[in-house]
Parts: sequence; C-alpha cells; structure tokens
Amino acid sequence: MSNTSSTSTEHKPYQQHHFDSMHQQTQSTLLGIWLFMAQEILFFGGLFTAYTVYRILYPTAWHLGAASQNLWLGTLNTVVLIGSSVTIVMAVHAARHNQRMQVMKWFALTLILGSVFFGVKAMEYGTKWDHHMVPGLRWDDGHALHTIREHAHSDTEITELPPGIQLYYSLYFVMTGMHALHMVIGFGLAIWIMIKNARGCFNAEYYPHVEYFGLYWHFVDIVWIFLFPLLYLV
Amino acid sequence: MNSKENEPKKLTYLNAGHTVKSWLLSVDHKRVGILYLAAMTVFFLIGGVAAGLFRLELATANPDVLDNDTYNKLFTMHGIIMVFFFLIPAVPGVLGNFLVPLMIGAKDVAFPRLNLASWYIYMTGGMCTLAAILLGGVDTGWTFYTPYSSVYADTHVILAGTGVFITGFSSILTGLNFIVTIHKMRAPGMRWLRLPLFIWAQYATSIINVLGTPVLAITLLLVVFERAFGFGIFDPQRGGDPVLYQHLFWFYSHPAVYIMILPGFGVISEVIACFTRKRIYGYEFVAFSSLAIAAIGFFVWGHHMFTSSQSEYAALIFSVLTYLVGIPTAIKIFNWTATLYKGSVELTAPMLYALGFIGLFMIGGLTGIFLATMSINVHLHDTYFVVAHFHYVMVGGMMMAWLSGMHFWWPKMFGKMYNEFWARVGAVIIFFGFNFTFFPQFIAGYMGMPRRYHVYDIAYQPFQMLSTVGAFFMGIGLLISFVTLMSSLLKKENCGRNPWKATGLEWNKADSPPDPHNYPEPVVVDVEAYDYTDERIYQDA
Repeated sequence: MSNTSSTSTEHKPYQQHHFDSMHQQTQSTLLGIWLFMAQEILFFGGLFTAYTVYRILYPTAWHLGAASQNLWLGTLNTVVLIGSSVTIVMAVHAARHNQRMQVMKWFALTLILGSVFFGVKAMEYGTKWDHHMVPGLRWDDGHALHTIREHAHSDTEITELPPGIQLYYSLYFVMTGMHALHMVIGFGLAIWIMIKNARGCFNAEYYPHVEYFGLYWHFVDIVWIFLFPLLYLV
Repeated sequence: MNSKENEPKKLTYLNAGHTVKSWLLSVDHKRVGILYLAAMTVFFLIGGVAAGLFRLELATANPDVLDNDTYNKLFTMHGIIMVFFFLIPAVPGVLGNFLVPLMIGAKDVAFPRLNLASWYIYMTGGMCTLAAILLGGVDTGWTFYTPYSSVYADTHVILAGTGVFITGFSSILTGLNFIVTIHKMRAPGMRWLRLPLFIWAQYATSIINVLGTPVLAITLLLVVFERAFGFGIFDPQRGGDPVLYQHLFWFYSHPAVYIMILPGFGVISEVIACFTRKRIYGYEFVAFSSLAIAAIGFFVWGHHMFTSSQSEYAALIFSVLTYLVGIPTAIKIFNWTATLYKGSVELTAPMLYALGFIGLFMIGGLTGIFLATMSINVHLHDTYFVVAHFHYVMVGGMMMAWLSGMHFWWPKMFGKMYNEFWARVGAVIIFFGFNFTFFPQFIAGYMGMPRRYHVYDIAYQPFQMLSTVGAFFMGIGLLISFVTLMSSLLKKENCGRNPWKATGLEWNKADSPPDPHNYPEPVVVDVEAYDYTDERIYQDA
C-alpha cells in the first residue's frame, strides 16, 4: 500500500492503516464504544420494561419479594462494585502516566473486588435454591411462603403467596444473571488487557483498551446501581 | 479503454488472494460484502424453496402435498429465513459493506475486524437456525408469539430463537460500524449534505439496528429461558402477560421493517438519479425523511396489537403515529417521481426494478395505511390482506430494490457487465410474477381468508391458484436474473470504471473491481451529490 499521508501526521505503529490519523482512530473508537453502550441500555431496557409492567400489576409480590432479599448482602455488593469502579479509574489514571505495574495492580484489585461480588451473589443464589425459590427449576409454594413470611415486616399474617410472586423471582434471576454475564465478559476483557499491558502494548499516548474497559466497567456498575434499589429496596 | 490491453493484470480486491483462507479471514470490507452475498444467496434459496412448497400446497383448498405440521413448519421457516437472514441483512450486509466506505471516500469501515466478526456471528446464527430446521423445524410462525412458542410448541424453538438472537448481534455491530464510519471516515470535502442518499439511508437504518435489535435480543432470550428453565415471564398461569411479549417483539420488529426498506430506498435514489441523469429532486427532504422514518418508526409498534387486548386509547395513538410514517415515505415517492419528470429516462434493468419498486411499494405503503385504520384493521387483521400488504413492502419493495442495486453495482463489484437484454427479461417477469402472486391475496384477504391456514374454503381457491402460478413465474424470473448475473463473470472484457456514467466516488475514483485499498489516489470531494452536469463523469477512465 502506498502511504501518502501528509507530513503533519506521522504513522504511529498502533495506527491502523485505514485511518488517516491517530485522532481519527481515537475518535472513531470512542464513538463506537458509546454506541455500544447505547445498545446495552436498550438491551437492559427490555428487562426494565417487563419489570415495570409487572410491578404495576403485582405491587404486593414486588413488596414482599424485595423484603425477602438479604439487604445486607445486597448493600455489601453495591459497595464492593462501587469500589471496583474506583480501582478501575485508578488503573486508567496509571495508564495515562505510563505506570505499567500500577495498571497491573489496579486491574488485579478490580478483579478481586469483582470476585467478591460473585461470591456474595453465589451465596444469595444458593440461599434461594435451598429455599425452593427458583421459578421453574426449583420452586415450592410452601417453602417460598415460609421464607417470605419470615422476612415480611408486616403485622398481618401472610397466609398465601401474592399473585405474580414467581415473576418477581424470574425477573430477579434474569436481571441479575444478565448483569453477572456482563461482569464475566468484563473479566475476560480485563485479563486480555492485562496481558497486553504486560507485553508493553500501551504508553502514555496510547492506552485506549484500558480507557474503554473503564467505560464498560462503569456501565456494568451503573446497571447494578439501578438493579439494587429496584430489586432489594422497593 | 486506453491501457488495459498491454497491462499484465491489475491488482484488485478480487485477485488479491486466491485461497479460501484469504476470503474467510479477509477484513477487506469488499470481500466481507461478497461473503454476505454468497451466504445470503443460499438462505434466500432455502426460504424461496419453502415458499414454493407451501404455495404448491395452497393451490387447492384441500390438503394434497403437505400435512398440517409440515405446512406450519414451512411457512415458519420461510418467514424466519427471509426476514432475519435475507431481508434485514441483505442491503446493509452486501451493498452496505461494499459501498459505504467506497461512497464516502474511506479505505475501509471504521472497525474492519469487527466487520468480519459480524459475518461470522451472522453465520453462527444462521447455522443454529438451519440446525433447528434440519432437526425437525419450528412451527410458531416467524414471530415466536408466546404461548405458541412457550407452552404449546414441541419443536426446536430454543435453537431457532438462539439463532435469531445471535444473528441480531451481527446487525447491531454492522450498524455500529456504519454509524462510526459515516461520522468519522468521510474524505475531505465530503460534507453531510454531499453524501449520496444511499449513505443517508444506511445511516438511518444503522440507528434502528443499534437501538432496536437489542430489545429483540433480550425478548428472545426471555422466551428461550422460559422454555429452557420454565421461568414463566410470559406465562399467564404465573401472572405473566403474553401480550407483553408482543409489545417487546414489535418494538424491534416494526422498526425492523424500516431496517429492511430504508436501505432499499437508498438504492432507489441512486438508481433513479443515474438513469434520469438528474439530481434527486429535493435531496435534503429525501435525506432527512430517512431519519424521520427511523425516528417515528420506533413509536408505531402498537398497531400490531389492535385486536390483542390493547387499550383503545393506546391503539388510537398508535394509529395516528402510524399515519405519520406515511408522510416521510410519501415525500420520498413524490420526490422520486418528480425526479423522473423531464429526466432523460433510460430503461435499463436496474431502472426497471426501480420503477417497479415505486409502484409496488406504493401499493404496499397505502395498504399499510388501510391497516393502520383501527376499524378496518379489525376486519382485516390476520387475513391474507395483511400477508399481501407486507409482501408488497418486503418483496415488491425490498427485494426489487435489492435486485435493482445488485444489477446496478454488479459491474463495480466484479468488473463485468451482464447481458442487458436478459436482465430486462428477468425484471419484467419478476414484476408480473410478483403481482400475480400477491394481488389476488388482497382480494382473498378482503373476502376473509385468514392467514396461516392449510385447508381453506373452496371460494378462495381461484385466488390461491393464481397466486401459486404467479409464484412459479417469479421463480423463473429470479432464475433468469441469477443466471444472467452469474454468466457475466465468464466474460473476458472489463466494463471500465464507470459504465453507467454515474456520479459518486465509487464510480469515478475507484476501478471496477476496486483495488484492495479502494482508490488508486487520495480522494478529495469538490462536487455536490448527483451533479450530472459535471463533465468529468463522462470521461472514461
């Protein structure tokens, strides 16, 4: 190929041949990432729509379902995840200053916090499994009623399951599951970026993977920031 | 024609590599386009054969070729394959990939590797769906309505649904790629209002792809979960609402009809400008009407549920919004016909398809307005009238536009000119075959023939018979076009850079077929779109 780019723009090794300048490449990637976020919002938007419709139809189920969640574990996970957002910001900061080891450290911390989140989530899922509260796979009206009655802060005795209660749990599993899936993908990306970082692919001028991973990770956090009040606090 | 004789062989994107690997791992947008073309032709054939089989069955009122189950599976397969694996990706996948960078003066799309990945995602989805068909098929209809797809189906809904889910990501990523490419990769001087209308159409389509498709993805995923784990989100026994499925499904799938037709609009604008030798009348209106259709198109989905327990006030609003889409669409039709006025019209094969498109799409569009009228909709809902309406849009509109574009850019893609006479014969046969197939369905539907019925009242038989005969002719027409295009590849002589004497960077700055990096020299744009007074386009390069 004949490189006829003008004298003002020298061709950096990490500039792909079909871009005329680094600026164009960076701008394009950034726009691409934001568009990807937009489609993510619509993806979760379908779930939030289903959530809204059923919450309006079955307010009692939503109230009792949320009350049956372990608020402490949910809060802990929220804090852990916000913490991981902080560590990833630090990683981006370190990358900007060309501190390769620091990038490594902050990424590792992010993964550790992410693992804590998964551990807690697994405990919560496990409890629901034990209590026969997984719709379709392991559900028992008696067990579920028992658990819900224990957690309800209500003066009147609950004698039967509210209508739509299985929908609450179905949506709980789908929404948190989809969120967790995004975290798993995040783990894969993080490890890939750590390998690239170890190989010295980045420098103070060029660290887009780190920066865009940061955006992605924040997005996953924000989804949780919505999920937590909607599923635990309502 | 000056120096071609003595030059040994020019490097083009076609001969840049000859191994299978050089194709399957190519990130060149032009090669990716050809990969889509090859795959799509196979899917189109499968979908078409399915249609041929059940059309044969429907020729008579009594069952004679197929049993009930097979009939249901065939029309489902026809719908799924044609919608998700042909109509939606056809123009963006093949023509879009090939032309978007070439038309705006870029060396490639913004994310070439992602572009190739999109093709693999498309193929993975396609293979899942084909596997579902080979294992015994699906009988839910292409819409996967619950509870047909959840409680009552014992067919391979999970596999087929997963296939469509996966393919969706190929549209999302292609859309993303195009938006970034159009925003960031334009050549110097290629201002927004100098962009060919094909690009505007691709841009509008891409917005719907990015914002609509994820909703379909999550919806199908919920159906898959419902079947696989019994989550019951749409299961009335547990308080779920099947109509919610319809809302979520059509939130994507109504805009999806604009995903199908908008790129077709883009093709028609290019072809009409070229073969009237005029700038498209009201260029800006045509450009922005694409965006208007994309925007309004997101708010009309409820017109699919006029008879399914939707509140009548909601239905009223959806009805009005649906009328509104008619406005930008009509702007396009009027502007194309205004372009024809006093143009030097040349009835080449692409132009025949384009003129056919205008007429057929107009019938499709106007009957859409009938259907958006609530009182009429109650009578016509789920009848052959609906079937005829959307086939006028999808086949009479989109497929005609696709064929028009394929003929128009064929010389650019392969450097060979097809036989014009046979291409015209194909176009005319397809046009008449199409009308014989689908016009009788309007009448049958108006009389009350419901869609998706295997055995029907004898009164509808004449219409169904006509339809079957028409479909047979349409098949012959398609075969003629296919053979005409393919046989051109055997020709020796190159068609030259700009055989149509058209405007646009792809015709004037790139060779036929283009070289691997698109343009031999850097591109700067100094003319408005469709400037047919520019003398440079009349010099053969």
